[in-house]
Amino acid sequence: MAGVAATAPVEVERPEVEDVTVADVPWIVIVWNDPINLMSYVTFVLQKLFGYSKAKATELMLDVHHKGRAVVSSGTREEAEADVFRLHEHGLWATMEKDGLGRPGA
Amino acid sequence: MALFRRRVEAKRDGSFLLRLSDDERRLLASLPAQLASVVEADPEDPWLQRLFPTAYPKDPEREEEWRLLMSVDLHDRRRAQLRTLAETSGAATLSAEELLTWSQALNDLRLYLGTRLDLSEETTEDDFSDEDDRDLFNLYSWLGFIQEEVINALSGAL
Repeated sequence: MAGVAATAPVEVERPEVEDVTVADVPWIVIVWNDPINLMSYVTFVLQKLFGYSKAKATELMLDVHHKGRAVVSSGTREEAEADVFRLHEHGLWATMEKDGLGRPGA
Repeated sequence: MALFRRRVEAKRDGSFLLRLSDDERRLLASLPAQLASVVEADPEDPWLQRLFPTAYPKDPEREEEWRLLMSVDLHDRRRAQLRTLAETSGAATLSAEELLTWSQALNDLRLYLGTRLDLSEETTEDDFSDEDDRDLFNLYSWLGFIQEEVINALSGAL
């Protein structure tokens, strides 16, 4: 089977491999500080949505509080969008971006 | 003695007991519909921005796409959680799922009021000269107190 399809697919697949490399750069989900959400509520939501321990969720919440933001999850674009949606549903201020890539115009 | 009793308390059967006055319950019955009508009147109202935040602040094209895909769902969820709060505001006890919905709906109300009052972390009642704003701030503070009680009960059950 490999012999039959050998030539053409290799040429077609090459650019796809590059696409995959770009797509593999994970997206990160960021929660931003705000003066309204209670610290206890933010901790609770992070525990509930991501299954973090109380200690881990508290650490992230304190990062948000003191540093203004914290990365709470990462993954494919679809996974990050699902997380952002659930965070918005719970009233947290969440955004997403590609990890470590300075986007043009950003 | 009543001063020290929890307003929301986990019971052994997994449900949660509510200790709220009739006045408090009346507020919780009426506030959700008031917020829902604000959303219905103008979803772009700047005081609602924290209820419907941006996902891609640096990427207008993806943000537009995201809005098209997600905003209907998010509006539906918000409406449903506010409705649940109003409908169960008179209940003696709540299921864990209902109480969870309360935490979200109470937060929706606080996000709206906090944005409308342009709060910072240091804002106090004394910062408001306008009486209506001071009333709104006191309402906001009370919602925060009830929210803390809800979170306390839910966290204990996690």
